[in-house]
Order: sequence, then C-alpha cells, then structure tokens
Amino acid sequence: MSNILDFTLVELVERIKKKDLSSKEVTKTYIERSKKSKKLNTYITEDFESALKKADNFDSKPDFDKKLPGIPIAVKDLFCTKNIRTTAGSKILENFVPTYESTVTNNIWNEGAILLGKLNCDEFAMGSSNETSFFGNVQSPVGEKLVPGGSSGGSASALAAKLTPSTIGTDTGGSIRQPASFTGIVGLKPTYGSCSRYGIVAFASSLDQAGPMTRDVKDCALLFSVISSYDSKDSTSINFKRDDYFKKLDKSIKGKKIGIPKEYRVDGMPKEIEDLWQKGINIAKDAGAEIVDVSLPNTNYALPTYYIVAPAEASSNLARYDGVKYGFRSEGKNLIDMYEKTRSEGFGNEVKRRIMIGTYVLSSGYYDAYYLKAQKVRRLIKNDFDEVYKKVDAILTPSTPSSAFKIGEKTNDPLSMYLNDIFTVPINLAGLPAISIPAGHDQKGYPLGLQIIGKAFDEQNILNIAYSLEQEIKFKNKMNDWWL
Amino acid sequence: MMSKKHSDYIIKRNQNNYEVVIGLEVHAQISSQSKLFSSSATKFGAEPNTQVSLVDAAFPGMLPVINEFCIKQAVKTGLGLKAKINKRSIFDRKNYFYADLPQGYQISQYKDPIVGEGSVILDLPLGEKTIGIERLHLEQDAGKSIHDIDPKNTLVDLNRSGVALMEIVSKPDLRSPDEVNAYIKKLRSIMRYLGTCDGNMQEGSLRADVNVSVRKKDEKEFGTRCEIKNVNSIKFMQMAIEHEANRQVDVIEEGGSIDQETRLFDTKKNETRSMRSKEDAHDYRYFPDPDLLPLEINDALINEIKKNMPELPDEKKKRFIDKFNLSAYEANILVSDIETSKYFEEVIKSSDVKLSTNWITGELFALLNDKNLEISKSPISAKNLSKLINLIKDGTISGKIAKSVFEIMAEADKNPIDIVEEKGLKQLSDPKELEVLIDKVINDNPDKVKEYVSGKDKLFGFFVGQVMKVSGGKANPQLINDILKKKLK
Repeated sequence: MSNILDFTLVELVERIKKKDLSSKEVTKTYIERSKKSKKLNTYITEDFESALKKADNFDSKPDFDKKLPGIPIAVKDLFCTKNIRTTAGSKILENFVPTYESTVTNNIWNEGAILLGKLNCDEFAMGSSNETSFFGNVQSPVGEKLVPGGSSGGSASALAAKLTPSTIGTDTGGSIRQPASFTGIVGLKPTYGSCSRYGIVAFASSLDQAGPMTRDVKDCALLFSVISSYDSKDSTSINFKRDDYFKKLDKSIKGKKIGIPKEYRVDGMPKEIEDLWQKGINIAKDAGAEIVDVSLPNTNYALPTYYIVAPAEASSNLARYDGVKYGFRSEGKNLIDMYEKTRSEGFGNEVKRRIMIGTYVLSSGYYDAYYLKAQKVRRLIKNDFDEVYKKVDAILTPSTPSSAFKIGEKTNDPLSMYLNDIFTVPINLAGLPAISIPAGHDQKGYPLGLQIIGKAFDEQNILNIAYSLEQEIKFKNKMNDWWL
Repeated sequence: MMSKKHSDYIIKRNQNNYEVVIGLEVHAQISSQSKLFSSSATKFGAEPNTQVSLVDAAFPGMLPVINEFCIKQAVKTGLGLKAKINKRSIFDRKNYFYADLPQGYQISQYKDPIVGEGSVILDLPLGEKTIGIERLHLEQDAGKSIHDIDPKNTLVDLNRSGVALMEIVSKPDLRSPDEVNAYIKKLRSIMRYLGTCDGNMQEGSLRADVNVSVRKKDEKEFGTRCEIKNVNSIKFMQMAIEHEANRQVDVIEEGGSIDQETRLFDTKKNETRSMRSKEDAHDYRYFPDPDLLPLEINDALINEIKKNMPELPDEKKKRFIDKFNLSAYEANILVSDIETSKYFEEVIKSSDVKLSTNWITGELFALLNDKNLEISKSPISAKNLSKLINLIKDGTISGKIAKSVFEIMAEADKNPIDIVEEKGLKQLSDPKELEVLIDKVINDNPDKVKEYVSGKDKLFGFFVGQVMKVSGGKANPQLINDILKKKLK
C-alpha cells in the first residue's frame, strides 16, 4: 500500500470511488506516516483514533457522490473544529475546545472528508516561518532545520511530507503561498469573500482568506470547489454562483494575456528567482499566451501598508483574549492586573509586537498619519490592479523573493522576515486571488514557486493557467525523507 | 433655536446671572426580538447569561451579522425625529477593555451615523421650543458587571451584551432641568408612538449622559462642559444638572475655571464627582469594523418605512385641535402618551368629544393617579367609559349620578348601563312624573312658596333641592328648573 502516499487527492478519490481503496486503508496509511514524522512537529492536536472510526463508518456506509469520499485531511489549527481543541498556535488558547465548526471545515466534512488532526502554525497566523508558534517551530521536509514558511507552515510541511493528502490553510499576507513556495506544493489564496471566515480565528479581518494547499493544480481546483461557498454568517461573504472549478479546469491558455509587472523586479533579488520567473514567462509564451509588460506603480508601498492595516485589525481582534471568558487566565490582584498577566504570559513576542504596532497606529493623533493613510494607499494599490486588468487576464510573478531559510536565521530581524511577503501582500490588500505553484529549485535544491494573480472571483482562470504551466514545469520534489 | 422667553432658568451669584447649557446623549434600547448582531433574545429580566450567543460572548472566529429589523427601527426613529437618513453609514469599533465587554470593543457608529440632523418640538408652559438633534447612531450595549453578589469576585451577566441601542445626541439647545424633563418625555413619547423603544427607564431601556456647562447671560461662547455619565431617571437628571450647574458657577465665581471631565452623579449624596479628566479619557481607537460592510439603505426601504409611519404626537395634537376643537393644553395632555391617545380615540369613537375629554382628563386621570396605574392598566375600559358618557349625554343619568356610577365601575369594570339598571339610577325625565313630585314639594311648603312669590328669588334653589331629595337624586335638573319656573310663576 505504499503507493497510497503517492496518489494525488484526485487519484485517491477515484480509487475510493472505484473501491480499489477503502477510506480505512488510506486513513491508516496517513496516520502511520504521521506518527513516524513527529520530528517535523506538524501536528498540534492529533485526532487519529476518531479518524479511524470515521473511516470505518464511511466504508460501512459509503457515499460515493461526495466530492471527498472518506478522504482524511489535517487542517491548520486556525479553523475552529467542534469538540476538537483549537489553539491558533497560541498559549492563550492552549486548552480551548470550540463547540462549533468553521464553515470551511464544515464544507469539507459535508463532502465526506475526515479530520486527521490540527496542524501547527504561527501564533494567530502571525509569522512567515512557523517559528512564532507556542507549540514550537515546524521543520520542513525539504531539509533539516529549514523553515517550512508560514504562517501555514504545519500545513505545508505535513502536505509536502505526505502526512495528509491535502490541507487547508489561511492567507492574510502570504500565509498559504509563501509556505507552498518553500515546500514545493500548490497553494491558492482565493478572492476575499469567496470562502467564509466564520469560525476561523481572526487575524486581520479585511485580509484573511482560507484556501486549499495541495500537491497539484487539479487537487487544488477540487478542494477549492468544496470550500468556497456563500455564508450568511459572514457579512463579507459574497453571494454569487460558484463554478465547479474542478470540472471546468482547462489547460488551454492560448490567447490569454499575462502581465509581467516590472515593480516585482526588486533590488537584490537572487538570479535564480529571476531565472525562474523567466522560465515561467517562456512556458506561458510557448503555450500560446501573450506576455504583456505592465506596471503596478504602488507596489513599493504594499509592505508598509500591510504592516499598518494588519496589525491595526489584529490589535482589536485579539482584544477578546482577556482571560475573562475562555482560554488561558493568569490570576491577578484586580481586573487590570489579571489582564496584564494573562496577555503578557498568554501571547508570544511577535503577537505582542503586532498588537503594539496596531494599537499605536490607531491611537488618536496617529490615526490619520498611519491607519487612514494606509487605507488610502490600499485603495491605490487596488486601483493599480484594476488598471492592469483592463489590459491583461492575469499576472505572473515569483511567489517569494528567496527560497526557504534556516530556522533561527531571521528571528531576530523582524524586518527581513516581513520582506519575505513582499510579493504576496499586495494581493491581499487588493482582495484578489492568487495561486503559487512549484516551478523549480534553487542551487541548494530548495523549491521555488511562481505566483499567478487573477481578477476578483476569476479563480478559474488562474487555476487554468497554473494547470497549463504545471504540465510543462513537471516539478518533482527532491525530498529524501530525512526525518524518518 | 432658542427663543429668549424660555430661558427663565438662571443661576444668580454676586450680581452675575448664569445661563445653563445642556445637551443630552440618550441611549434608547431598540424594541426588537433579537440583538443587533446576533439572534439571541433580548427579554428583560431573564436568568443571567441565558440570552447569550457565541457572537455575544466573542468566541474565536465569531462574526457579527446585522439585524435588519434594528436598522428599520433606527430609520423609523430618524424619520420620527424629522431627521436626515444617511443612505450610507459605517460601523466602527470602539476599543476598550472591560470585563463585561467580551469583544474588547463595542461596535458603534462614529463618523458616519445612520441618522443625521433632526429636531424635536417641546411643549413648554410658555409655548413651543425646538430642540435640535445632532445625530442618531446604532451601537451594541455591553454586558453587566455585578459587584455586590460575591464578596470577592465581580460577576458578569452577558444577557445585555450586544443588545441594540440608538444613541440620540441633542444639540446644546436645552437651558433648564424642566426643558430636559420635557425633552426626555417627548423623545420617549415619539419612540413609543413608533414602537421603536419602550422607553422604560426602570429597566434601563432609556438612559442618558448629560453634558452641562454654564455661561454668563448674554455671553456668546459656550462654557467648558462636563459630562455626567449614565443617569437613568428624569428626576436624577434634573438633580444632577442642578447640582452640576451650581458647582460650575461656584468654581467660576471663585475665580477658577472648569476642567472638561467626565463626572458621576451620586444619587444618595445628591452631588456629582469627578470620574476621569480629559487627560485620562480613553483613547477608543475607533476604526471601521472590517467584519461589517458599510451599511447601504436604499430609497425603497426608506419609502416603505415612511409609508407605514404612524401619526406622531405633534400631528395628532394638531388634528385634535383642528378636528375636535380641543385646547392646546388638552391636546397636549391627551397625545403625550400613546396609550392615553389610544384610549381617548377609542372613547370618542362613539361619544361626545368635549364630555370625553373632561371625563378622561378629570375623573379618569384622578382615579389612575390615585391608584398609581398606567392608562393601559385602567380599571375602566374605554368602551365602558364611552357608554357612561353616552348615558350622561342622552340624559339617562345626571353628571352627579354618573360620578357614583364611575366609582362603582372603578371597582369592577362593569357596563354602566347595567349598573344604572340594577341600582335604579335612571334619571327622572318624564315631565308628568316630575310634575307629581314638584306639586308635592309645592304643596308641602306653602310658606316658602309665598316668600318666593313675594320676591325672595334665592328660594328657587331650595325647591330644586327638595325635588331632588324626594326623587332620590334622580330627577333631571334641567327639567326641574323648567317645570318649577312655570309652576311658581
């Protein structure tokens, strides 16, 4: 049964439907490998026993009309899961067990999937290396002591290491695409409003989106078609008819206009990234796409804008973790003392740093100079994309300015850590969809990703382009299972 | 807005005359089944923490979803205040930490409220006065911290957390405690007419922050104001204003200046004391709530609400005056409370307006006052009062008999026709029967007749009284007069 691990999500679904495989066999195989892979520290909470039970239940009463029949899936620990501990990678929620289920995870269980467990992530999704988690850093299967990226680092690592056939993450400024790029997998950040935020521990409400992380583009289209839905419980969820992204997947991109933004050619970008980008351009051209040079003039302001907007929202979103109602509490002499102790001990440094930045930029006297200005720039960034999309169908860029780095390499330099998100944050600010696909390796053999950015709600188009490029790139992960 | 004749509330100190300037921020709980952003119930007096959803308790990942009914209620109230309805308004987060504020922020409206400028007309003893409304915005209520049950801990009840409030901000147009009284009552009256707030101050459905400043009379600039937080009865508001205005005058007269600050009113000591100064004021870090889209209201919705607006007190008053010929004073009394106006209109459906007005504002109000009852709990139904009035009108009973029937009705809401029947109280209006009685009185008092005929006119009353007496009070006084006059010629 060793090849179970090699099947894509789509292949597993086909085999289960054909009864070549049972849910139990698949689930058991993934659990066994997960158990042997503790070194990676991908799981915060395992739910293996009940996963096996659910697999048994599925096999005894299979429903093959489901899109994910009996498929085991581990998810980022930012999704609230009913009766299963949900921590957001934080001490302050170390023992928090929700009585409710997020809409996105509910969607996958409704299609027959089975929860394997909850995957490690940066604390409250704040980080680019999965080093801010209260539950320890995650190692990348790509190499020992290498970060998997973040904040969906546990998800990326578990998927690349074949501990789950697919997974879902969340992306506020690159938290799906950057780890996808670092670990050689596919990750989609959908249009804001495509997937419900209900039941997802909030980081920055106007930027957060859940999205699929998968082995290839077909899997991505399938999983995305399951998780995207209108939800009246989320006021920012958009009500429109969603296509079957999987059935409509089409690798023909002849005549598509693909924009190449000059502002993404940043100073000091490694040559191998430059080469990777060129490779992507050439493949697209060969497949019949028209390459168009475009300009997104406000790109430079995206990172500072993001680091005002996101912490501002986070500082308010995280105010609810005060020790009063649920979660961690450190007793104090009085209410204020309890607050101070609880939040000092309950939050890690990166979270505190962002709460302080956010509190500062919203303070009276600074609001106009920071938050309000940032909102205006955000609008300009969005306008840049609107302008470019009058001329092109999609935009192609590298996913990250570098490949994965070593654990500890950037922990003392938050600014250089933040720079990792330089190609991904503008997309969140503009609310657009973008997919990262593995496209090559650097000299060290670490994966590198290409990012395809689409128009709002035009996921089908970027999935199609990604699908087309994937055929030619023929990416193979160079992993040696070093952790086993 | 101010007309001079109203500003008779003046504080005098050492030959200086001070005028008091007051603005109110009224927090009115919207009458609705569920909360502003969740589906939890809003019933008053429920067991603690039994009306709390995951959203109200701010569990991770929970999101607010606006209650459309509350929006309609706010628009309706805005229209009732003759105010501008803003078609686009924005919900903001007001950030502060407190144990009964689960989210760590209150969702409110800051720069772009749902309702803009409007006005309220007060009926004051010296005439009408218009008070400007600055704005009305929607916001969530907080929970309740209870400090006096457990000796060591503060307990929190989240039933109120997330309940929809309208904050109605007046312009600084009020000049006396009496005007504040009239303003609150008028606001309350309008909202009760609209059904948007029950106005129950005891249950906390209506509370106010009071802004008070003083200035020497005829000065143009406003003085520095102090805000008195969360006063929950009109009486306390008036006491607080009186005290605070006098305190400010004292400070100024002693050569000091007023610090802008938030003060609390101590109802036991009848004084205000400093809660926090401007420097210590919270920095609420308002910003648009990213969980909620800007609120867009279209003309169709506004027109729909307009179409279904009930008649409001001012219009009703005008109608009562124009159509029923009531005095402004009577009309005011009858329209100020919606239940009173409903009662009145029910009675006059089938009864004489003048008599009905007199009986309601006279006997009925006295009775309700005596029994300390709201008119909605009146022991005499509008229907039965109407019947009683008709009995007077058609001469079946006299006004005097009616009062005793009324007393019987007050004990048990019985049909006055039955009471009159049972007790045989019907007025004697048959001239023949009356003539018999009158003849008897004349025959029994020959001396008095002589005196009367010889010019002692005053004795006429004596004869009327005697006839009444022998009739057991039932004789029709008008007929007695007529017949007696003829007989004694």
